[in-house]
Amino acid sequence: MKSGWEMVVGLEVHTELRTATKLFCSCANEFGAAPNTHVCPVCLGLPGSLPVLNERAVEMAMSIGFALRCTIAPSTFHRKNYFYPDMPKNFQISQYDLPINSSGYLDLPDGSHVGIERAHMEEDTGKSTHLGASGRLHGAERSLVDYNRAGVPLVEIVSAPDIRSAAQARLYVAELRRVLIATGASDGRMEEGSLRVDANVSVRRPGAPFGTRCEIKNLNSLRSLQRAIDYEADRQIELIEDGGTVRQETRHWDESTGVTSTMRVKEEAEDYRYFREPDLVDLAPDAAWRDRVAAALPPMPGVRRTALLQHLVDPTDAQREAVEVVLDLDLDRYVHGAAEAGLDAATALARTANEVAGAEDGADRLSVEAFIGTLRLEASGQLSATQAKTVLADLLAEGGAPEEVVARRGFTQLASDALDGIVDEVIAANADEWSRYRDGDDKLAQFFIGQVMARTRGQANGKAVVEILRSRRG
Amino acid sequence: MSAIDLAASVRRGEVTATDALATALRAIDARNDELNVFLHVDRDGAEARARAVDDAVASGRDPGPLAGVPVALKDNLCTRGVPTTASSRILEGWRPPYTATVVERLVAAGAVPVGKTNLDEFAMGSSTETSAFGPTRNPLDPERVPGGSSGGSAAAVAAGMAPLALGSDTGGSIRQPAALCGIVGVKPTYGLVSRYGLIAFASSLDQIGPFATSVADAALCLEVIAGHDPRDTTSLPEPAPALVDHLDDGVAGRRVGLVSELVEGADADVVAQVERAAAALEAAGAQVVRLSIPELRLGLSAYYLIAPAEASSNLARYDGVRYGRRVAADELGAMNEATRTLGFGDEVKRRIMLGTYALSAGYYDAYYGQALKVRTRMIEAFRRAYEQVDVLLGATAPSVAFRFGEKTANPLAMYLSDVFTIPTNLAGEAAVSVPFGTGEAGLPIGVQLLGPGRSEARLLAAARVLEVAS
Repeated sequence: MKSGWEMVVGLEVHTELRTATKLFCSCANEFGAAPNTHVCPVCLGLPGSLPVLNERAVEMAMSIGFALRCTIAPSTFHRKNYFYPDMPKNFQISQYDLPINSSGYLDLPDGSHVGIERAHMEEDTGKSTHLGASGRLHGAERSLVDYNRAGVPLVEIVSAPDIRSAAQARLYVAELRRVLIATGASDGRMEEGSLRVDANVSVRRPGAPFGTRCEIKNLNSLRSLQRAIDYEADRQIELIEDGGTVRQETRHWDESTGVTSTMRVKEEAEDYRYFREPDLVDLAPDAAWRDRVAAALPPMPGVRRTALLQHLVDPTDAQREAVEVVLDLDLDRYVHGAAEAGLDAATALARTANEVAGAEDGADRLSVEAFIGTLRLEASGQLSATQAKTVLADLLAEGGAPEEVVARRGFTQLASDALDGIVDEVIAANADEWSRYRDGDDKLAQFFIGQVMARTRGQANGKAVVEILRSRRG
Repeated sequence: MSAIDLAASVRRGEVTATDALATALRAIDARNDELNVFLHVDRDGAEARARAVDDAVASGRDPGPLAGVPVALKDNLCTRGVPTTASSRILEGWRPPYTATVVERLVAAGAVPVGKTNLDEFAMGSSTETSAFGPTRNPLDPERVPGGSSGGSAAAVAAGMAPLALGSDTGGSIRQPAALCGIVGVKPTYGLVSRYGLIAFASSLDQIGPFATSVADAALCLEVIAGHDPRDTTSLPEPAPALVDHLDDGVAGRRVGLVSELVEGADADVVAQVERAAAALEAAGAQVVRLSIPELRLGLSAYYLIAPAEASSNLARYDGVRYGRRVAADELGAMNEATRTLGFGDEVKRRIMLGTYALSAGYYDAYYGQALKVRTRMIEAFRRAYEQVDVLLGATAPSVAFRFGEKTANPLAMYLSDVFTIPTNLAGEAAVSVPFGTGEAGLPIGVQLLGPGRSEARLLAAARVLEVAS
């Protein structure tokens, strides 16, 4: 970002809801089925068909609203009218001036705060495939339409223009994705299109009013999002510095060339002729229904993150990353369990983010008690770090109690007099390193631990080795 | 024979449904070429239904309250596997994969749908002249229109082709043709009858209702089709009201309001019959007062913004992509345009343009938004009127059946045919048209009884009084 400039970004995120059926009919909401197999008169918009609102979709929309600290209010449905072959009725049922969720916010892991203007319900369109040279509608030889996706429930989450960098935009979408997955409303799969992002980007001199914005479409990954926003902000700055003005338009991001290009300018923008959908009644969930949905919500990632970080003093970047791994895989209970048992939280976090997280489905077999037990054996010096990791690996693979693994593996720490002898051998064999260590180069302790571990095939306790080294240094 | 008597005879085994159908088909064959009432006669389907009813009777099962009664269906009601066109070229050849709730309910009650009747294209018109398949002729005078848009269904009943028919009423499309054909027509309260399977014209106004030769038959038919349908969110959740049991409740002690705006501008012969109807109700014990509801004058202009606005959106789906007619072209937009240009008639295009304009950015507030405010005022005005009276009385249509071409040159003159019926649709309330006397050339005149939501029992009882007095 060029100095003297500030970018202003607002994001529109569409998420498909993980309902069993579509928003207005009982067709299956399932990705990847054979084309046009999940269709009926309603989602094909056949003459005479009428929509019936899916209550589960309303509940999921409310879950999203609660998770984003929105106001959940009585709402209405509108028709957004425009012609497109993958939209069976040539209008989309959406929410307009009265959305179900409004005025919320999302706190990001970096401490920043992004306002949520609204999170409203609407139906998805079908999917067109254009055959022929361009792969786009214009100039296609033939077009095929699959209506399986038509009528799939969506929630569109519109952020306030609070985002000031591409990295923050990425952080926002990543955190929003975690929240959506946590609510159970979305699977968060950007690659399958169940989470789709449009970015509104403008630039300004700091303190100046908002500049003219461009909307960027076709952002199919977090990487695209970040690259496209940076590209677009630079494009606008360059344009203005060259004496031009930014034109309000919709632009298409091309991942292969790394540039955005004009899709349509504002003057060509559709007049959607919104009006109240007369086939649906107003949506006014009563307090009891709202309370039930709120009560069923699990803790959100932000709350869980704070709880995990509380165990650590001045967490490092690596530890923060480990916390994200724990959050994403829902492994909080191991860290909390170990910390509450008085064990070292940093070790518990590392073991969880590495060993537990690395074992596919292993968490199903590793009880929190077994995890704590293993760490306790390590802390008391009965297991070396290497041994502890091996025990965890066995428990993750087969379940059981750590004591059983220890017995089966024959893990007993080397008696300390045996260890004394091995350390002395290592010192003798590495005179250069030893003299540097003795002169105060503490980093070499790791070297000696490594040598001792090699000779003992990992059965030594690292802390005990360091103590022997210190005693030899005098 | 009335539908009630016919059903009773069939249930007792005195008449077979197959014979009743044969009688209906003979009447259809005798005059359909001349009158153009049915666009499609479903002989095979009807014969199978009739046999099923006869089998039920033979095996001692009750086939239902409409056992063996032939019923005509307006061709904007979807019928599985049976052509359904809404009288538009754009749907020519389309066979719906599903059946409208009302038709399912009729069949479940033992009725025998005989075929699909002509209408103004997409129910937009008051004479059946906008049908893409030619106008229907009034059986009482084939030089005149049967009214519209449900002209085919009204003519079917008036010509004895079926004792009962279903129509749809968006701004008067059941009541006005009922009046012009000399039969009973009911526009039920919005939401009383499921719209699932009714090809939409203006969703917030459309309502399905019966045509019959008697008030009792209309009541029975409405009882069968009314009631909540989970497939129509706008259908009322309450159980449907009992109607037949209240037919003889009379009007003693009822307060009836003769509304000046509901006769204003009507022909003298029409006004005279409305006055005579007021006297008949008074003679039967009602207390008749004269009142004015000035807001009703705003109905027509509000209606011609709201209905076209909704229609412009409802009819957007006819684009040649998925079903119905497609006019080939090199490119998608051109295909859509060619399909719609050739597929829709002038009146439909006029209303799509009107509605699109009324909803457009920059015009919405002045047109559609303003019309919604008028609608709210209309509802309020009716509410105040019903604090004073139980039933409102007026004309159904300004004149007896008019001649072909008389109003086609001037859309506004045609629109005025519905000036007395439109306010009920805007308010979502109920109204009945019942034949009462004759006018010019001995043609029938209908008077209209209006009531608040779910007042059908009261209105039908009053209509029964007029039927007896007529």
